[in-house]
Amino acid sequence: MAEVRYEAASRLYPGAEEPAVNKLNLDIADGELLVLVGPSGCGKSTALRMLAGLETVTSGSVHINGVDVTLKPPQDRDIAMVFQNYALYPSMTVAQNMGFALKQAKVPKAEREAQVREAARILDLTEYLDRKPKNLSGGQRQRVAMGRAIVRKPQVFLMDEPLSNLDAKLRVQTRTELVDLQARLGVTTVYVTHDQVEAMTMGDRVAVLKFGELQQVDAPRTLYSAPANKFVAGFIGSPAMNLLDAEDVDGAPGIAGAAIPLEESVLSQLKSQDLDQVAVGVRPEHLTLGTTGIEGEVTVVEELGSESFVHVTVSHRGEPTTLVVRDRGETETGRGDRVKVDFGGPIHVFGSDGLRVEA
Amino acid sequence: MALFTRAPKAEPILGQNRVVAAILGLLTWIIGLLFFFPLFWLVLNGFKEESVANASPTLVFDPTTDRFCDVTATSKWVSWFTELTNLCQPSEVTGGGLLTFSEAFSNSFWIVLISTVLVMILAVPAAYALAIRPMRKWRDVLFFFISTKFLPIVGIIMPVWIIARDLNLLGTRTVLVILYTAMNLPLAVWMLRSFFAEVPKELIEAAQIDGCSLMGQLRQVILPIVAPGLAATALLCVIFAWNEFFFAIQLNPTGASTMPVWVNAQQNFQGQFLAELSAASVLATFPVVIAGWVAQKRMIRGLAMGAIK
Repeated sequence: MAEVRYEAASRLYPGAEEPAVNKLNLDIADGELLVLVGPSGCGKSTALRMLAGLETVTSGSVHINGVDVTLKPPQDRDIAMVFQNYALYPSMTVAQNMGFALKQAKVPKAEREAQVREAARILDLTEYLDRKPKNLSGGQRQRVAMGRAIVRKPQVFLMDEPLSNLDAKLRVQTRTELVDLQARLGVTTVYVTHDQVEAMTMGDRVAVLKFGELQQVDAPRTLYSAPANKFVAGFIGSPAMNLLDAEDVDGAPGIAGAAIPLEESVLSQLKSQDLDQVAVGVRPEHLTLGTTGIEGEVTVVEELGSESFVHVTVSHRGEPTTLVVRDRGETETGRGDRVKVDFGGPIHVFGSDGLRVEA
Repeated sequence: MALFTRAPKAEPILGQNRVVAAILGLLTWIIGLLFFFPLFWLVLNGFKEESVANASPTLVFDPTTDRFCDVTATSKWVSWFTELTNLCQPSEVTGGGLLTFSEAFSNSFWIVLISTVLVMILAVPAAYALAIRPMRKWRDVLFFFISTKFLPIVGIIMPVWIIARDLNLLGTRTVLVILYTAMNLPLAVWMLRSFFAEVPKELIEAAQIDGCSLMGQLRQVILPIVAPGLAATALLCVIFAWNEFFFAIQLNPTGASTMPVWVNAQQNFQGQFLAELSAASVLATFPVVIAGWVAQKRMIRGLAMGAIK
């Protein structure tokens, strides 16, 4: 078992102006499942590959279990990696694929086979042990890739978008299986994904990256309820938070002519700031349709059965702006209806520097 | 190539006129037959009497295998075959000179085999390095390899001949092994590099993480994947080395020479030789055609590689 630590770790690609990962500081606890999430090109995969030893750390250091592994080759780090395309050895059977690392480590054959069988049992792969990867379905290949990782009993699992090649239904199912498996094995895991739903549902903690910079690392709930900056606020949550540049309503931030109910401490912090630069965010579930509030017109209703998302166009800062409101089927609305939107929950305020203004 | 593999029935391209499609199909056949015809005529001539072969071209004649017997008459392999099957009686020994069919065949066989093995041994590490661990300016290196093929061989034959003479290699099989290895190496490096480049990077990384050494990665992970490519490359080297004539005739024109030189020796200055020459050509072409046909499945797979998952 092991904890992982990035200490101001950077990766600058030769010829690049900006580092792909910039001074990453991250502590991952023993047995934790940490998800690295961000849009493409944010450096999440690079960060993972730095931990794997597949990418050079240009400055800073990476530690596994207290040992500085910055300069160690991948094979000396006691890690296992699951790749997006699984990277199964096509010329080997499932059993050979899973036992390959053990064979390299010169584990005796009998022991090797026992461990492969055990992993195959856990992953329900026993009947496929003699097949070649090309004769497996996508989900089975994914499990073989997992099996190859768990057979080794490594200190750390590294997973680079391991579910993105599965179809939607299988992805959701495998997601929960993976979380369960990780918890049972108790192996420290770093998991990379671009999918914020995957990040939220799987991670003990989630680290959000953008342009190689760590934005926030927190438990999913904290990330959702108290995003540290505008980027995290917009990135986490589906549908996304209504995030608007504020309007100056009598010296306080507002939306579409309506002042936002804010605590005194927040307002006082905003005193020194240009209100045009301040951003306010409200999640769709914290807006309500009713008889009071901002007036607007319904343009789209996304019906999901249990709830619906109503897109209301309001006039904000003199331009038509869409607010997304979650409705639990309490009101019947359709396109073209005039409705009123009111605030019914926490409102996030971000200062001109993009950072969260705490109450 | 694909003599016996049926292509799937071509679907008409949407919007394409049927008449145009028919004309294009016909054109394809005509062009194909134009390419095939000289080969066909060569085989046909091999089964004719000299007088018939040299007379005005005809498709109607009494086929005979005597010319094949004639050109291989001094060969110990073929004489027992002739006795065994009683297919024909050699008329008279003409041409051939000092080099017999069996000598030429075994010379060709060993020279081609050894040079191809050498090419592969040298090209695999070079291609691996260029494809998977490219250094700076690797494109220039690749260009340098192929640039050696820009030079016409006739332009360098004098120095090559002088070097061979000074090293006492004239008239030996060794000189041809060396030259054929050098001749095929650039091509093999180019071909293999493109095959190696198709090996998914993640597979090599996975092997690295699994604790596999550099040699282990090459042997256990990469080579099984590029095997069809290796076969295709080796086959091409075999074909080029087997058919090489210029170096062979210049540096090794007599006893220790190869099939093309033997074919050339079937010409003589008295009497007619077209049928014998054709028969000899057919015999010289045969092994390559067989090798190509046997390898065609692997070769096509090799040339169409690129399945990641």
